[in-house]
Amino acid sequence: MALDQRKTDFTQVGTRPNRPDGLDKVTGKARFGADVTAPGMLFGAILRSPHAHARIKHIDTSKAEALGDVKAIVTRADFSDAIQPAPGLEGEQWNVLENVMAGDTALYDGHAIAAVAATSALAARDALKLIEVEYEVLPHVTDVDKAMAKDAPVIREGAADYSVPEGMHPNVVRYHESGHGDVEAGFARADLVVEEHFVTEATHQGYIEPHACLAQLGQDGKGELWCCTQGHWYVQKNCAALLGIETSQLRVTASEIGGGFGGKTTVFIEPVALALSRKANRPVKLVMSRPEVFRATGPTASTSMDIKIGMTADGIITAAQGTFRLQGGAFPGAPADMTAMCAFAPYDLQNVQQIGYDVISNRPKQAAYRAPGSPMAAYAVESVIDELCRKLDLDPIEVRLKNAAREGTKASYGPKFERIGLVETLEAAKAHPHYSAPLKPGQGRGVSCGFWFNHGGETSVSLSLSEDGTCQISVGTPDIGGSRASMALMAAEVLGIPYESIRVTIADTATLGYNDVSHGSRVTYASGLATIKAAEDAVVKLSKRAAAKWGIPEDAVKWEDGHAVPSGPNAGNFDPIPLAEITRDMGQTGGPISGHFEATPEGAGVSFATHIVDAEVDPETGKTAVTRYTVIQDAGKAIHPTYVEGQFQGGAAQGIGWALNEEYIYGEDGRLQNAVFLDYRIPVASDLPMIDTVIVEVPNPGHPFGVRGVGETSICPPLAAIANAVSAAAGVRLHALPMSPPRILAALEQQRGTAD
Amino acid sequence: MTSETQDLGQDAGLPRLTVHLWSGLRRFAEGQDAVEVSASTTGTMIAALKAAYPALIPALDAGVSVAVDGRIIAASLDEPLDPENEIYLMQRLRGG
Repeated sequence: MALDQRKTDFTQVGTRPNRPDGLDKVTGKARFGADVTAPGMLFGAILRSPHAHARIKHIDTSKAEALGDVKAIVTRADFSDAIQPAPGLEGEQWNVLENVMAGDTALYDGHAIAAVAATSALAARDALKLIEVEYEVLPHVTDVDKAMAKDAPVIREGAADYSVPEGMHPNVVRYHESGHGDVEAGFARADLVVEEHFVTEATHQGYIEPHACLAQLGQDGKGELWCCTQGHWYVQKNCAALLGIETSQLRVTASEIGGGFGGKTTVFIEPVALALSRKANRPVKLVMSRPEVFRATGPTASTSMDIKIGMTADGIITAAQGTFRLQGGAFPGAPADMTAMCAFAPYDLQNVQQIGYDVISNRPKQAAYRAPGSPMAAYAVESVIDELCRKLDLDPIEVRLKNAAREGTKASYGPKFERIGLVETLEAAKAHPHYSAPLKPGQGRGVSCGFWFNHGGETSVSLSLSEDGTCQISVGTPDIGGSRASMALMAAEVLGIPYESIRVTIADTATLGYNDVSHGSRVTYASGLATIKAAEDAVVKLSKRAAAKWGIPEDAVKWEDGHAVPSGPNAGNFDPIPLAEITRDMGQTGGPISGHFEATPEGAGVSFATHIVDAEVDPETGKTAVTRYTVIQDAGKAIHPTYVEGQFQGGAAQGIGWALNEEYIYGEDGRLQNAVFLDYRIPVASDLPMIDTVIVEVPNPGHPFGVRGVGETSICPPLAAIANAVSAAAGVRLHALPMSPPRILAALEQQRGTAD
Repeated sequence: MTSETQDLGQDAGLPRLTVHLWSGLRRFAEGQDAVEVSASTTGTMIAALKAAYPALIPALDAGVSVAVDGRIIAASLDEPLDPENEIYLMQRLRGG
């Protein structure tokens, strides 16, 4: 979508009004996933595998069925898997059913085996204890490097696709290679080459709201589903396929959502609740417990990475090479390709090669988590760049500026860049007081850049005007980060009416055209673009009414500040008509006025960020304190700067947890050891400094107001920036995340031992 | 090469485009890092690639994005293409 007339002068966009759903959300009035009820509803519970890998020899549900409170029990036989892939699902999605309910084999600790619907939550949980499952325990593997080793147990025969070269272990299921130039020649020209190995553990998105839904499905195949999700049309498509019903017969309504970050982009319990409801012929509510969330919904992939970079003495990168092995659980889909493509994207490289391996193991299926794959890649690459800067005694921001990608640069993944804002973020970082502030003894400073592609996706928006001159907007993207406010601001800008006169509703699947998931940092970009276009559509209709009233041609009317205004030499001399005057009479002048836009906008534009971090490491305990943090990121155009800053701060906060404490810990038995928040430690307020932000605005040529997505890029640099700060503070570089106190202490002790 | 594949790969009425491949695809395209096909949109380009290089079909069916002068077309098949465009195949983008 070429946009040759981008707006740059704004009256409402760029202001900071309160979000329309804020009060409801902080007072408990808003209805989240677990808040929905229905008369006569049952409560569901799911039996999960206690084994990392086991053949399911037999399931006996008779004792549970004998309980009077139990109204339905489902197993894999109750889903539509006569055809694989399931009808309507393609590619990686065929794995969805296998993950929702195990077939012949339990593939990870926590894999769903059967489910019960009963008259109370307690009765449902009691019934689970009466279901007898006969397992044949199989060898398991949960580590990515071990899963690729020759003697590793094969988790699923035939799971690899066309991309995997011959000779690799069957657990390698996808392969990616890209790059250009001659890396060996590039390394030969370098004054210094650094090659290092890094690993990162799987982390969970950590949303506070667990997955929850209420399902109602009749045996005639007609149903409704209320659930917390990032994309209810996607839920509708998946559930309909897995239940073997028509998509149009299942109406899905998205509740408010208590965090998603990519982890609520697919289905887990929703098809199970529908299957139970169909069998019991009553509504069924299912809410995951926290251990279920950890054991059976998507964490990130864990990684094992090798990075080699060559640099001249004055800081020019001559070659870069990366190998990225991603463990994504028992199903293909770890973002090895995205990891590889993002790894070196911030830099203008003549010689670059990146290889990615998607490896399966006996863990839960990984799910997207803000810029899937990019944070891990940045951690490894930016750590090596930092090491080169230290060894060559070069300023880390100057080196990044020397090598920075610009408009026209050939990206490491192939094509040239359009207008991008990396250099602007680096220059803002260099000029920021944080970068030149003195450090206290024991503190270290780190910087890092990060990159993410962003996404457009299928989008529909409908806008209608009321007689009183106010406006309702229906969008199909659940509001995760304040998007109701952003949509209202963009519509207010086009229509010229107050922000407060606009109500934004998240429509259900029966009332609006298809909408892609709220992912890929796409909502403010794509739903925003559609909102602007829908508002412009309404403006055309408003102008026509004014033209008819004045008896002048339609093209002799222009829209200014919420008024129809005669324009041009033959338009005549009429007083401007405000919007509310046109809508007041619309029933008599042609009927209701609304605006629509449906498209798959393809101009999302990539984005970059630069982060600066100060950290202090206690040499006695190994505990790290992040003492100062500054996020500098290109937003293209910040529609509501407060929510842009919130995204920046949220990404940094989650990055601090990922870098310092969060990890999935598996025992020798292949079972998750830390499936509650007491043991899986996300940052709390006392772990975080005030996170400063700088919004850079380099307009995206693919959006009418210049918007770029901001939700994901903000989590790309933190792991590396913190690792570089910790390295500077502790005097020792760690090559594994999280940099938890025991790991830091071990590294310090090893260093002391080496020094002795 | 048969006349049929020549027709599919070099449709007289369509402009000739150069399509760059990511390096993991090159073994499916006779080792080339860029191939030429006749097409005028992202959709007809993918169809022409399938006809001219059947070994690429699994990769193309798995989903690709197309970068046109740096603008990444995630999925649309109706984006116009011109011989002057820089065209790259990319793996299908996802997000969180």
